[in-house]
Amino acid sequence: MTLTILKPGPQTSVQDLGRDGYAALGVPRGGACDPLSLRLANLVAGNAAGAAALEITLGGLALRFDAPTVFAWAGATMGVTLDGVALSPAHRYAAAKGAVLRFGFAEHGARAYLALAGGIDVAPVLGSRSTGLLAGIGGFKGRALCAGDVIECGEAEPRLPGVAVAQAERGEHLRVLPGPDWPLLGQDAQRQLLRTPWHIGLASNRMGMRLTGTAVDVASASSLASHAVMPGCVQLPPSGEPIVLLADAQTTGGYLRPLVVIRADLWRAGQFKPGDTLRFVEVDTAAALAATTAQRDWLERMRRALAWEGR
Amino acid sequence: MPHLMPETSPSVMIQPFGEAALMLSVDVALATQRRLWATWHALCAREPQVEWVLGMGNLTGFFDPLAIATTQLERAIEAAWLDSNGAETEMGKRVEIPVVYGGEAGPDLAVVAEQAGLSCDEVIARHAAGEYVVYCLGFLPGFAYLGGLDPALACPRRASPRLSVPAGSVAIGGAQTAVYPLASPGGWQLIGRTDVKLFDPYRETPGLLSPGDTVVFVPRPA
Repeated sequence: MTLTILKPGPQTSVQDLGRDGYAALGVPRGGACDPLSLRLANLVAGNAAGAAALEITLGGLALRFDAPTVFAWAGATMGVTLDGVALSPAHRYAAAKGAVLRFGFAEHGARAYLALAGGIDVAPVLGSRSTGLLAGIGGFKGRALCAGDVIECGEAEPRLPGVAVAQAERGEHLRVLPGPDWPLLGQDAQRQLLRTPWHIGLASNRMGMRLTGTAVDVASASSLASHAVMPGCVQLPPSGEPIVLLADAQTTGGYLRPLVVIRADLWRAGQFKPGDTLRFVEVDTAAALAATTAQRDWLERMRRALAWEGR
Repeated sequence: MPHLMPETSPSVMIQPFGEAALMLSVDVALATQRRLWATWHALCAREPQVEWVLGMGNLTGFFDPLAIATTQLERAIEAAWLDSNGAETEMGKRVEIPVVYGGEAGPDLAVVAEQAGLSCDEVIARHAAGEYVVYCLGFLPGFAYLGGLDPALACPRRASPRLSVPAGSVAIGGAQTAVYPLASPGGWQLIGRTDVKLFDPYRETPGLLSPGDTVVFVPRPA
């Protein structure tokens, strides 16, 4: 079973939940920038939560199904149509052979995930099917998709369309914990980092979001011995404008780490687009763990509801 | 709060890095790094469900805080560090890397020379005279952090990183030197370039260099 890319949009790539265990070699974790929406799209399509799917950045994807295919999409709202008929997020649909699926431009959020029943069938590289764009590894030929690419899907058991769940609420903030270098900032700089409405810069990509706004005074301690970093780490380079690391983040860095996005909000971090505004909201470790538990429970409820509905 | 280890040096510290990571920090020196390699090997064996990543004078463990208690992991890190005293890992292989210095290959050579108060040729001679130890890998696939840069060549990172640095660029950032294995964004000063391939995911060992290896740069005409 295959589908053909007619138009890729600004950036569409094959992603799953990323590579575990290669960070010590310098290989980024990678995978979906919004892993929650990828899991949701997969569960609705009837796949394992971590199956490979398409990550559509800012919209613009058009593709043709070359065989009858069951699918679902989730994440950013993009005006999605199948042969001109509008589709809802987190709903399971069946496409006929030759049907054309189109994603309009992203209205809310930055990235949508298209899960095909059976998952996208590409060879895993270093344990993952995700596309490492920088290293040119994994996914479809190690690169973003182009018009004319023919993508293979795995075998899937027959599934009934029509099942649906609700998407998670998003919002304009990211919950954060103080990072290891929080105490190195002066009080004014700390306050400013938390109170400033930060704009998402144009130079943002899957590695990180470059924020723009009134620069924070980084003072003296601006370079550190290189240390591990991860998606969600907020870096503060000497320019004083923060960077929020995303899925393709480098594995180590040397800039100050004043804040860390809590794990339960990583998916939100993947949904800001250039021109959007975000604020950091400080929480404590107990709140961070409670949020992770709540999110895990929410996904499990979705999985059970779908297993019941989609029998 | 950072947790200081009273039994050892006051500069040895374990601190949280978000709710799902702990970082052990020690001095940046070859002797402490050799202890860190031993600590890293021990923790990879004892706590395999944690992802351990070495830095320069530090070691970070990424874990699932719903499955592992932070205090338990903190004790495991402390125990592994204390056990590593006298159990330092031996040095590894020696790798020669040919480099074209300056010009288009190293557009920031003059910046480093000015910072050092040296001529460009003196910077090249001093850089190529060094024997560099691979402290750790990271930042990009196959990128090796090297210790042993002549302190006179230390140079601050750029105020804002470049959006793209060419593959094979040889660079200085702070008191460190390194080779960029892939074209990528980066904030270091570029002094030369090599065509040696530091990372290949399809090689049996994807990374050319490992912690503990020694690197020598050999100047080559453009």
